[in-house]
Amino acid sequence: MTVSSPKRQLEHPPKIRVRGLYKAFGPKQVLDGLDLEVGRGESVVVIGGSGTGKSVLLKCILGILQPDRGSIEIDGQEVTRLPAREREQVMHKFGMLFQGSALFDSLPVWENVAFGLLQVKKLPRAEAKERAIEVLGRVGLPPAAADLAPAELSGGMQKRVGLARAIATQPEILFFDEPTTGLDPIMADVINELIAGAVRRLGATALSITHDLASARKIADRIAMLYLGKIIWQGPVGQIDRSGNPYVDQFIHGRADGPIKLDVRAA
Amino acid sequence: MNPVAVIGHVFLNFLASVGDLALFAGQAISQGLRGPWYPRMILRQMVDIGYYSLPVVGLTAIFTGMVLALQSHTGFARFEAQSAVATIVVLSMTRELGPVLAGLMVAGRVGASMAAEIGTMRVTEQIDALTTLSTDPFKYLVWPRLIAGLFMLPLLVIVADVIGVFGGYLIGIYKLDFGPYDYLHRTFEYLEPQDVISGLVKAAVFGFLVALMGCYQGYRSRGGAQGVGAATTKAVVSASILILTSNYLVTQMFFSQ
Repeated sequence: MTVSSPKRQLEHPPKIRVRGLYKAFGPKQVLDGLDLEVGRGESVVVIGGSGTGKSVLLKCILGILQPDRGSIEIDGQEVTRLPAREREQVMHKFGMLFQGSALFDSLPVWENVAFGLLQVKKLPRAEAKERAIEVLGRVGLPPAAADLAPAELSGGMQKRVGLARAIATQPEILFFDEPTTGLDPIMADVINELIAGAVRRLGATALSITHDLASARKIADRIAMLYLGKIIWQGPVGQIDRSGNPYVDQFIHGRADGPIKLDVRAA
Repeated sequence: MNPVAVIGHVFLNFLASVGDLALFAGQAISQGLRGPWYPRMILRQMVDIGYYSLPVVGLTAIFTGMVLALQSHTGFARFEAQSAVATIVVLSMTRELGPVLAGLMVAGRVGASMAAEIGTMRVTEQIDALTTLSTDPFKYLVWPRLIAGLFMLPLLVIVADVIGVFGGYLIGIYKLDFGPYDYLHRTFEYLEPQDVISGLVKAAVFGFLVALMGCYQGYRSRGGAQGVGAATTKAVVSASILILTSNYLVTQMFFSQ
């Protein structure tokens, strides 16, 4: 790897740069000075136990939660204190797959997928529906699924629709929140494949959070471990088994005994 | 625990929620006015609030009009003033009972469903999903409901007024031996535009409040099914209380000389 000159770094800042991020809920310090960088076109997976603040990290970057302190830059632009209108502009770069898919249950499947195309890109409905069916095809759903209600689909199928919705506007940055939680191992692998494929095809930058290591190994270029509000280890996906970090070792082997203490309260 | 501290705590909590509600309303209005508007969403809410509330509001109105005619007749007969029945019915319906009863029924029907729907969207992360799709939930979810409440409740109240007067008319004709012409003549004899207008202004205020409380309680709901249930209850109770309080304020504004 070559060391890039400062000028080159200025031209190409990391896609996402989080520095010194703090967020507390009441007395509980969820994010405690977190630093993380995601390079352009890189796929980073943040692993960590339940309640360690993984979702809070994503929601802070998306602007759904306001961090107490710290800096978040997207393409070198500071976004933590942006006014609503400019924030919406930044949001155009994002697509997100939610843990529970978060499909709009009042809209049919195709309108879910085409939501960004209809509301933001203002495509005519007929054209948006065509595009939605095309994207549904890419995640392995037949055109017949387009007119169903989200509630008529199984969990795995809902995940696919959620993924289709996230990639429909061809965003530069994709977020995946526990993409395989609640799915059987086969469906989980299908979703992992689809995610890896979608990220590759879009050339997107991806940030995922999960506690599913099989999923992390499949979609990550780099893995970072979150514990007590900080990134305690990060490295290329190939090094996860040789991290030399007792916390990481305990986590990937799923041992009850070790340095990690379990927290009772939700983040 | 110190009882004074308890009172202080309750009072501070009350002030905090009033402030929070005011911020919510302010944000909804400022974001909503700025656009983009979502005509489909507004239309859908208008149909839901206006059209689907017609049976409930109509039933309430007709029975209220009938009871009003009966009650005022038996009461006024004690001092030979039965002829005032038609006037009592029309003034009570247009000025008070039309808007208040329609408001309360809509609070129960629509306010509750708004809180449940938005609350469920909140706990299933659908509201966060809107944000990630560059869509402001205030513009997409809250504003259409506020607009629909503001404009549809006055229309509902016009219908309620007519049906209520008709209910009184039925009792007047078939039970109290008024002549049809006589009853209708007395209905319009003392009715002034202000009676109807004040009722419609009330309706607009109530419609806005019902939608605001439904959206607010849903938007702020936390913690799964129980949180959504609590939000639904709070939406109906707080909307009903606000309807009755603001009813007094609007009445005073119109009729205190």
